[in-house]
Amino acid sequence: MTSIDPLNDFDIFDLGFVRDPFTTMDEIRESGCPIAHTERWGGSWFPTRYDDVVAMAQEHDLFTSREIIVVPPADPSNEGPYADVAAPPITSDPPEHHWHRRLILPFFSPQSVATFEDGTRELCNRLIDGFIESGQADAAADYAQQIPVRVIAAMLGVPADLSDTFTGWVRGVLETGLTNPEVRLEARLNILRYFEAQIADRKESPRENDLITTLLNAEVDGERVPESYVLGVCNLMLVAGVDTTWSAIGASLWHLAQHPEHCRQLVENPDLWSSAIEELLRAYAPVTMARIVDHDIEFQGCPMHAGDRVLMSFPAANRDPRQFENPDEVILDRERNRHVAFGAGIHRCAGSNLARLELRVALQTWLSRIPEFSLVDPESVTWAGGQVRGPRQCKVAF
Amino acid sequence: MRVRVDDDSCHGHQSCAIAAPEVFGADDYGNAVVLITGDIPDEFQAKVRRAEGNCPERAIVIED
Repeated sequence: MTSIDPLNDFDIFDLGFVRDPFTTMDEIRESGCPIAHTERWGGSWFPTRYDDVVAMAQEHDLFTSREIIVVPPADPSNEGPYADVAAPPITSDPPEHHWHRRLILPFFSPQSVATFEDGTRELCNRLIDGFIESGQADAAADYAQQIPVRVIAAMLGVPADLSDTFTGWVRGVLETGLTNPEVRLEARLNILRYFEAQIADRKESPRENDLITTLLNAEVDGERVPESYVLGVCNLMLVAGVDTTWSAIGASLWHLAQHPEHCRQLVENPDLWSSAIEELLRAYAPVTMARIVDHDIEFQGCPMHAGDRVLMSFPAANRDPRQFENPDEVILDRERNRHVAFGAGIHRCAGSNLARLELRVALQTWLSRIPEFSLVDPESVTWAGGQVRGPRQCKVAF
Repeated sequence: MRVRVDDDSCHGHQSCAIAAPEVFGADDYGNAVVLITGDIPDEFQAKVRRAEGNCPERAIVIED
């Protein structure tokens, strides 16, 4: 728990908050001022009630996606030819948002992502083969961290043997770089240079059933889409598809390691999986997105100004007792669960079906091979936080 | 019981298809479609209520 004043000076990067954000979120939510404000990191608003977060997500004209990271970026002139490359559609606003999103949605429909299930299960089994004999593993670093980056690499048609490099770049953008614009810039430029070369390769040698080739050939209103759009989508898929799902898998394993009764229920009653995945997503939602206020307005009594940042705390919304009974309890068969782990409105996470599939397959495969396991030392678990929260070291024994 | 999806509100969370896969599916863009356009058989009605209670956009409309 942090000692700073949560209502006026909260800090999402404070180590106490990263380790336990829920105490502070509860304190803000139950105060007379459930939308807190801080001057830290350039200043931001922090809504904590479910209804406020959902209303803001749905009001996309007022709470725009011009920028989605809480700390302002480095000077764009440092980015040279990449200054205009964003991460569509997550960084897009209407009207462009519509085609930015519509072109990629078919790759992420439930039908499309189902083709990745067998490969994901094989990957999970291979990872477990690597440590099961030793009787212990780091559920975050040896397992959760290794899964989404390889699935995304397969989807993008790039080599899985670069997974560690990709992971380093993603952490550079979303973890170490979140509070350090120079680190973020370097990681971003590495990603963009890599995918620019991939795009050049596809133009030279188009591939069948290939996401990058398909996007390069896509037309909107009779014109080929700009290459900067395709580059931006590759950027988004890597940055948004790795840290996030890895955090959800890791946090879920951290939970299960401490709840053998939940492990037993899932093994004995496979029908529980569909609601259990949603409940774990609710309780351990990893992602907090930022928005930029479009124009001066009073929102729920808060005087917001054009350009202000808002942190859409989906994790806080998912623990609001006004929306969820016993919100701090994980109830695997929870009946009413309108969780917003994937956001709400037009920016609902485009990869949500893939993320769910990865989470389910990762947990099912783990429990089928390792039905009983526990934390080696709860105090030694480390967490990353800020805008993507999940365990980074989580030693378990079995 | 009948059920429909408000297409303006649906943003493709697929929570309904997870709760009631016999009744809800997805189009090519992942947005919800209702697979049973007439009366919902008794055995699926509880699942449809669950689907309604799991939609973050409140896009599921049940007509009893």
